[in-house]
Parts: sequence; structure tokens; C-alpha cells
Amino acid sequence: MSKLVLKTEGDRFIVVTRRFAATPELVYRAHTEPALIQRWMLGPEGWTMPVCICEARPGGKIRFEWANGKGGGFYLTGEFLELLPFSRIVHVERMHLPDATPDNHVETQFAPDGAGTLMTMRMTLPDPQTRAAMLATGMEHGMEASYVRLEGMA
Amino acid sequence: MSNLDAAFQALADPTRRALLARLALGETTVMELARPFDMTQPAISRHLRVLEHARLIVRRAEGTRRPCRLAPGAIAEIDQWLAMLREALARNYDRLDDVLAAMKPDKPKVKQRKVKR
Repeated sequence: MSKLVLKTEGDRFIVVTRRFAATPELVYRAHTEPALIQRWMLGPEGWTMPVCICEARPGGKIRFEWANGKGGGFYLTGEFLELLPFSRIVHVERMHLPDATPDNHVETQFAPDGAGTLMTMRMTLPDPQTRAAMLATGMEHGMEASYVRLEGMA
Repeated sequence: MSNLDAAFQALADPTRRALLARLALGETTVMELARPFDMTQPAISRHLRVLEHARLIVRRAEGTRRPCRLAPGAIAEIDQWLAMLREALARNYDRLDDVLAAMKPDKPKVKQRKVKR
């Protein structure tokens, strides 16, 4: 499957693109149905999402809670702004670490691409500092995974 | 070796990681660095000393101010972190590929599907 592309645009945007073999309908559903989200939106190995609230309608609430089974955890809250099945989702979200990060405005598009889907996720941060902090948060997630790998090698 | 330990120790703190992320945007004074954080300047200065000791940042004297910036080597570290963020997302989407493959038995022609709550 084609690889993920993550790039920064200007000083407030992050754009992620990824192709999937499945149709836009299936990819859209995997982004909006809690039972499906809980199976893949997990970050590093060993993390689970015990709480997944995803009210897929304008104004609907989002709440994802992650746990590593060792007492570690954090959560994300948000609200849906627009949903156009099965092609577009616009929502805002913030991480709670435990203090809330500034809002991240996310537009996710699912376009037909041959028999599959091209997903484009565009995140807009309120200012360059927030984007830098968000990247650092994501890095943190990645580092956890690499620490786990290091433990496995020891 | 000991510097690598110092770097990992320095990176273990979320405030210091956020300070590094801020410094990735360019040279900054302590006062500017402290603003977005709910912390006093002395507290920020303590974190900066740890980062400086770990050789992740460098500071220069400019009158009474001591602006900080990322150490040249730390840039490579940041790049590496970005690669790791990419990896964490990539892992999610690889898992999503599996989830989607398992959904496949659904006939692709389904148009009106019962509304999920």
C-alpha cells in the first residue's frame, strides 16, 4: 500500500495524505464508527482506546481516551462541524495532557482513487507555536514506541 | 555516552520538549519562552539549564539577555522525532488497512445503510 506523506505547509498547517485500497465509504465509516475507530486509532503498540465517543453529526461530540495498561493515559475531546458522507469530515479537537492544547481544526477528505481512496487530512493550528508544540506531542508518542522497542531488545 | 544519558533525561520532561519545539522556530529570549507556559522565568531558566547541559540548546550573551537556540546537533534529533511521528501515524493507518480489509465482505453497492448512533 502506498506510504503516508506528512508535510508542513506555511507555518500553521500540517497535511497528511494516505491511499487506501478500500472505498471512500468504508474509510469514512472507519473514521466515524466507534467500534471501528477503537481497532486502529491506537498509536504505538500496547496502547488501547477504552473510551470512544464519536457522535458523527454536526455539533456531535468526540472523546477518545487512550491507556497503556500501565497507568499511563491521556484523552482528546472535540466537536464535529460538518460531515458529508462519505467524502468529508470537518472537526476541531484538542489533546488533554492533562491541560488542554489549543484547538486543532481538521478537515479530512476521502476522494475516490481508482478502486480505492485518497485521504487528505489538513490540520490548521491557531499559530506557529501551537503547531510546533503539537509536533512535539506527536513525537512524544513516537518516542514511547521506540522506548518500547528498546525494552524488547534489551 | 554520558551526553546521551543527559539528552534522554532532558527529553523526559514535557515542558522541556515543548521548549525545544518552540526553539525549533528560532532563537528566543527566556521572557518570550516563558510567556506561553504557566511558569515563572526562574522555573523556565532551570529547564533551560538542563537542556543546555544536555547540549540540546546553546545560549549566547547579549547584554544582560541570554537568548537560546537549538544546538546544531539537536536539529537532527528533531528531524528524527518528526520521522517518529510519521511512524506512529503510519502504524495507525497500517492497522486501518487491516480493519478495512475485514470490512470488505460488505457488498460495495450498499447505499442506504442503517444509521449508527
